[in-house]
Amino acid sequence: MTGLRHLLASADLDRASAIALLDTAEDMADVATRRVPKLPTLQGRTVANLFFEDSTRTRLSFEAAAKRLSADVITFSAKGSSVSKGESLKDTAQTIAAMGIDAVVLRHAASGAARVLAESAWIDAAVVNAGDGTHDHPTQGLLDAYTMRKARHGADSRGQGLDGLRVTIVGDVLHSRVARANLGLLPTLGARVHLVAPRTLLPFGAEQWPVTTSSDLDAAIADAPDVLMMLRIQQERMHAAYFPHEREYAGFWGLDEERFARLHADTMVMHPGPMNRGLEISAAAADSERSLVLDQVANGVAIRMAVLYTVLSGGRHAGAREAGAA
Amino acid sequence: MSGTAYLIRGATLPDGETTDLLVREGRIAERGAGLSDRGAIPVDAAGLRALPGLVDLHTHLREPGFEQSETVLTGSRAAAAGGFTTVHAMANTFPVQDTAGVVEQVAALGAAAGYATVRPVGAVTVGLAGERLAEIGAMARSRAAVRVFSDDGKCVHDALLMRRALEYVATFDGVVAQHAQEPRLTEGAQMNEGALASTLGLAGWPAVAEEAIIARDVLLAEHVGARLHVCHLSTAGSVDVIRWAKARGIAVTAEATPHHLLLTEQLIAGDAALDPDAVGHRGYDSRLKVNPPLRRDEDVRALRAAVADGTIDIVATDHAPHPVESKECAWAEASFGMVGLESALSVVQAALVDPGHLDWGDVARVLSRTPAEIGRVPGYDAPFAPGSPAHLTLVDPTARRRFGRAQLRGRGVNSPYLGRELPGRIVATFHAGVATVLDGELQTLPTPTDHEVA
Repeated sequence: MTGLRHLLASADLDRASAIALLDTAEDMADVATRRVPKLPTLQGRTVANLFFEDSTRTRLSFEAAAKRLSADVITFSAKGSSVSKGESLKDTAQTIAAMGIDAVVLRHAASGAARVLAESAWIDAAVVNAGDGTHDHPTQGLLDAYTMRKARHGADSRGQGLDGLRVTIVGDVLHSRVARANLGLLPTLGARVHLVAPRTLLPFGAEQWPVTTSSDLDAAIADAPDVLMMLRIQQERMHAAYFPHEREYAGFWGLDEERFARLHADTMVMHPGPMNRGLEISAAAADSERSLVLDQVANGVAIRMAVLYTVLSGGRHAGAREAGAA
Repeated sequence: MSGTAYLIRGATLPDGETTDLLVREGRIAERGAGLSDRGAIPVDAAGLRALPGLVDLHTHLREPGFEQSETVLTGSRAAAAGGFTTVHAMANTFPVQDTAGVVEQVAALGAAAGYATVRPVGAVTVGLAGERLAEIGAMARSRAAVRVFSDDGKCVHDALLMRRALEYVATFDGVVAQHAQEPRLTEGAQMNEGALASTLGLAGWPAVAEEAIIARDVLLAEHVGARLHVCHLSTAGSVDVIRWAKARGIAVTAEATPHHLLLTEQLIAGDAALDPDAVGHRGYDSRLKVNPPLRRDEDVRALRAAVADGTIDIVATDHAPHPVESKECAWAEASFGMVGLESALSVVQAALVDPGHLDWGDVARVLSRTPAEIGRVPGYDAPFAPGSPAHLTLVDPTARRRFGRAQLRGRGVNSPYLGRELPGRIVATFHAGVATVLDGELQTLPTPTDHEVA
């Protein structure tokens, strides 16, 4: 595959690179089924998790991924650290880099932070974006694509895209980096994306994106999409005039039991977590046979192993690309 | 230094006439072909354009209070390097320029520095807080003779307060310069609202937040019969509102900044990859973060057309220096603003003159005569006429250069043009007969007080 120096945005991946990453993740998932689920591949390499924003799930997923590849892991969480005393991204990154690290996994509240870090002269390490503001979360996009591909193609997934797959994303697209991560990747893989949300939660100018949009969840369900992805409604949106109150939101845009019962038999349900049960998704839908929520979590580790492996074996030194290719 | 006489030979005036100019005792002493030098220092201006000294209606000099960003001295040096002889120092200092004492101090610092006439802008409201009027009359009557009042950086958003400000400022022949930004519509705003902001995940600054305030203000100005100046127009819709207001006879003037006439939001997505020499911008390049934000290409085209047809009266820099650390961070954490004094004329040439929207006579109008009229600055009504103050600048419009740190003569280096090739070069600037720039070099003026350290 092509040498990938950093992973900053899902839209940076072309079809071949994206499929290569998904295929590498297949190999990594196989490792998890072994008696000792660990590879020596990144022995002696150090990965720093820089989390300027809380995200236990993503941090644990990256930690597990790095450890399964035998990398050393340094974790930095902003809470109670010098960041709360005003230390900047630059200073923190340089401090960590001075300890000698090979890759930085960055979670930051500011959109573009990973790109700014990667394109600066502040550090020399590979940068993996683990979520930047409301911009992107490329490993989430990849794990969602992986989960969809697996659900559709099963053991024959290798080499496949998502051609013709119809994915409907419902909810707070405006503030969602998960939605953008999927939007940046799924069309590249051949999927068609439909967004459903009240007008207040659809991004301004979304009609210029390669998607269709509407505000009618019932019509979207009747349209029998292959995937229905419900987005989390953040607590802080409840009182900012995006919608009147939770009950009205749930009534129009929640996957309640009645709507769930109407889903086409082949429609899969996804949610990036953590879920607000009873708001955007009912317990029945979340815990059903066709919910892929736990697959998403499990696949997250395999995808992050594939990403760390790829950025640390390719691109660092031009000559190492071929040798490092899987 | 004003005792030194200069004979400028063969300069081409804005109207195309080529002439010699004798500068003596701070004034244009003689004008005509073949003047004899009579002991004056000769300045060869063959092939150069002489422009009246440039007047900036919108400058942030940061002193008092933010001297790590800029001082009156460093900012007026930047002004001279850019061909300016008068700058209007915005009120968002600390303490705020909302009393006669502070504006007199700023004016005195400008006079002591000597590089340009520093005209303090008075705050409209106490502490820029938008609650009650600042002592506008006292500032107008002070030795600083303030005529431009602005809460720039903040919008006077309360409609009643804006009405009263327009009326009260008119009492003193002043003008309110409004920073048009509806605050609720722009909470947390980071860049122009549109598909690009949505893709980049940056909170949008919608055009309507500017246009709605301008529409309200021109109607208020009409209602109370006062004049209004609108700072940094950035959208095509704002141009439409101003055009409508002028057709209706409302006493409104409008400005555009050089950066809104040249740069678009698209740069924020990054184009450095297209240009391996790093002349372009990296993604989320915080040097491009400015308020109001860079807009779409169609907005830039509308602004250029509006300057060309006079709907927009002047170009003003909104020179906004910041320390390096305010820009060396993630986009959302970076300060708004870019420096602009040193690059303004080059950008105007690139955006308006070279494409044929303006000739040099128009440049003299939008960068000198009209801003001086709006600010009631004396001495700019008859440039190059014998007896007039010798505020002028000599420009080589045929020069092209890669704009670099060496061109930045203020304290701020937050210029979006670093590395970009720009036309034109300031060869000399004369402020009241004093050469502040000569042979393209900023001159060192004797400092009567060592206030740079203060």
